[in-house]
Amino acid sequence: MARTDPKKDVVIIGLGWTGAILGMEMAKEGLEVLALERGEDRDTIPDFQYPGVIDELKYAIRYGFMQKPRNSTLTIRHGVNDTALPYRHLGSFLPGNGVGGAGIHWNGQTWRTQPAELRLKSYVEENFGADIIPEDMQIQDWGVTYEELEPYYDRFEKLLGISGKAGNLNGEIQEGGNPFEGPRSNEYPNPPLANTYDSELFAEAARKKGLHPFPRPAANASRAYTNEYDMQLGPCNYCGFCERFGCLNYSKASPQTCVLGALKRMPNFSYKTKAEVLKIEKAADGKTAKGVTYFDDNTGEEVFQPADLVLVCAYSLHNVHLLLLSEIGQPYDPATGEGVVGRNYCYQMTGGTSLYFKDKKFNPFIGTGAEGMSIDDYSISQIDFAKEGFIGGSYITGGHTGGRPIGQLSTPPGTPKWGKGWKEAAGAWYNHKMSIGSHGSNMSYRDCYLDLDPTYKDTHGRPLMRMTFNWKPNDIKMTQFMKGKIEDVAASMNPDQMASGYKKEGSQYDTTVYQSTHNVGGAVMGTDPKTSVINRYLQSWDCHNVFVMGASAFPQNTQYNPTGPLGALAYWAVDALRNDYLKNPRPLM
Amino acid sequence: MSDLPGRPSRRGFLKGSAAGAALAAVAVSAQAQTKEELPPLEQYKPSYFTPEEFAFIMAACDRLIPADGDGPGALETRVPVFIDRQLEGDFGKAADWYMEGPFQPDADPLLGYQSPLTPAQVYRAAIPVFEQWCQDQHGKGFADLDAQTQDAALSALEKGNVPLKPELRDFFAFILQNTKEGYFADPMYGGNHGMKAWTYVGFPGARGAYTEWVSRFNETYPLSAVDIAGERA
Ligand SMILES: Cc1cc2nc3c(=O)[nH]c(=O)nc-3n(C[C@H](O)[C@H](O)[C@H](O)COP(=O)(O)OP(=O)(O)OC[C@H]3O[C@@H](n4cnc5c(N)ncnc54)[C@H](O)[C@@H]3O)c2cc1C
Ligand code: SF4
Repeated sequence: MARTDPKKDVVIIGLGWTGAILGMEMAKEGLEVLALERGEDRDTIPDFQYPGVIDELKYAIRYGFMQKPRNSTLTIRHGVNDTALPYRHLGSFLPGNGVGGAGIHWNGQTWRTQPAELRLKSYVEENFGADIIPEDMQIQDWGVTYEELEPYYDRFEKLLGISGKAGNLNGEIQEGGNPFEGPRSNEYPNPPLANTYDSELFAEAARKKGLHPFPRPAANASRAYTNEYDMQLGPCNYCGFCERFGCLNYSKASPQTCVLGALKRMPNFSYKTKAEVLKIEKAADGKTAKGVTYFDDNTGEEVFQPADLVLVCAYSLHNVHLLLLSEIGQPYDPATGEGVVGRNYCYQMTGGTSLYFKDKKFNPFIGTGAEGMSIDDYSISQIDFAKEGFIGGSYITGGHTGGRPIGQLSTPPGTPKWGKGWKEAAGAWYNHKMSIGSHGSNMSYRDCYLDLDPTYKDTHGRPLMRMTFNWKPNDIKMTQFMKGKIEDVAASMNPDQMASGYKKEGSQYDTTVYQSTHNVGGAVMGTDPKTSVINRYLQSWDCHNVFVMGASAFPQNTQYNPTGPLGALAYWAVDALRNDYLKNPRPLM
Repeated sequence: MSDLPGRPSRRGFLKGSAAGAALAAVAVSAQAQTKEELPPLEQYKPSYFTPEEFAFIMAACDRLIPADGDGPGALETRVPVFIDRQLEGDFGKAADWYMEGPFQPDADPLLGYQSPLTPAQVYRAAIPVFEQWCQDQHGKGFADLDAQTQDAALSALEKGNVPLKPELRDFFAFILQNTKEGYFADPMYGGNHGMKAWTYVGFPGARGAYTEWVSRFNETYPLSAVDIAGERA
């Protein structure tokens, strides 16, 4: 039988980005806080230290820091009539595992959503009319506006010491920044990173086309920096082993470098590793949770951990899985359109063009996770959806993250995959390639969702979660539009050769090729319990002492990477907890 | 980190020399260090493969990344040793993969690996099928074919023209991926001997510090590769 441990005020499920922030802020309230993390403990020393950590095979190819499907995975299918099969080894997305979560091995590209994205349905209806929304598309407003979130974006950017250049300061457009961003109250805490050669070439070409390049906001520090928790970052040295690796240099913002050192010193905070939460336990009243049950891998037993407040910070996919297993909220049924848990799962539409120049040496091994020059001229707020025939947008970047030869070397089109031809092309082109990428939105659809798999089980005997997902014509049209724009800029740079890779008509979701770990939706936020799992304060509509963090809250995916908005939302929820809920626990809406 | 057997070690080198001799050695080209060669590949005792299997792996690697033309080949860089060690280790055992049934090995490839076999088992089961196919088509085992016929046989395997059960359909993809991994992975895994593949393409390996080089556009980076054990190419 399960052991029962002494009650805590707050239990946090997962100690990645959102768990670390919530842990710190709840501990600052004087509450007894316990974080349960399923993976191992990790810190810069010894886990990310030079030179052991810059091992491409171990970390980038064999996924050393990431979730092991043997312990945790899901099943995937393209359509509601297909049989889903297990995601047996990692490919398309790489969830984190262990203290720091995916926050240790992310790139650090840290964006804000555009104001229009947070009220996308209203924006589309007001500007283009409701009838341009395809029949099976389920986009909605987030229930929080950009103006409301702005201070929290600002705080999150300062927590991470983001390097960047403001483009809109309190409504005034700033030279060299992103003129299409929402108004920000402050400049970025650190100046932009220095550009690499490819970024510079792209920016120059984009400027000549009348576009507006700006440095991509980066969680790779451009100078020495100390944040609000007295955590310190040192300048990034462009080691080229950034995403998929922990930072060897205290330069990449991560839960470790920005929060955990300070959090571990709080006497009322504690955490356990190898402690996988199996279920959130509902109280007899059915309106609250009474704690969580977890498997303690250190002692090999199940433990019931009572708590007054349960914060779900397990990464978007695991958040939804836990809600489904715990029967908190009605599971979504695509046939009737009823239910909410698992509804509106979305991904990220990406594509890119490679350019090969005989006479240019890029030194691709000199790179960092988020450096690059971007344009937002084809962002959501800049496109006439009625004219173009799709809803969505992308940001476009010239830049690179590293030149690791197993995973990041590519050869021009027409090169054989092996043999002398491959070998000679690998040597001839390794140093001569750059790329321009499109990072685009993905809308929510009636039949893209998450539920429990009827067949496959995990090591604890629980059903795996099942993902039903495929690409839709709207989003394919969007990425094809970006292809045209990117190829136009690329051609103006006169490369010797060029190769494009974008989803096209008929493209099906490929689970084997890395695209992004930007799995969003499934426990979406909103103001209507019929179409959302959590209210605008990230509080469960069903159990008011359960709050669900992370990108599972996004009603559809934005055109940007998710951590900026999910970090801002975490601080937004902290304020609702601190200023309102803790004083008088109840449904806030 | 312990010294790797058969590899020249900077520590061992210094241990065995008087200080003066060690200093003098600094002036000697780094290339000189690799003179203390490992036993030839032919004498390597595989830990996973049988001798017959290893003969096939040697021959296949030699075609996938051949010696001729610019750059080192897979044998010179000891890629077969890498593959043997990988199959003996966690990769070969699918130690991290979800391997619970039911299995549907003929599923849509976009849904990923669905065979009940581990990568090591796929190699073991597929090599004899392919060898038999070579016998049937050409009257010889793969290693005994001439280079051109070997290439044609590998192409047939790549294109799915060698009849393999669906459980084994990833065989070619595994060999090709593992061969390239062995070519470019850190030498501590057994391949990329002498960091020759890194040196060839111009990757400085485990240096990981480039601050003042970020803004030096279109210049040749001057330092040679280093590996995780601290050797310099
Ligand atoms: C290679 C890569 C590159 C990325 N690059 C970017 C980028 O450039 N920009 C960007 O915005 N985003 C990026 N991301 C995504 C980013 O890492 C995530 O958005 C972010 O980490 C999410 O924070 P989180 O707190 O929701 O989850 P995480 O940080 O992943 O933390 C969740 C934690 O919960 C634990 N957990 C899960 N289930 C349980 C359970 N049942 N019990 C106990 N613990 C549990 C996990 O082990 C994990 O430690 C990237 C991700 C990857 C993998
Ligand atoms: S590129 Fe910079 S931030 Fe990224 S891991 Fe290397 S030193 Fe750290």
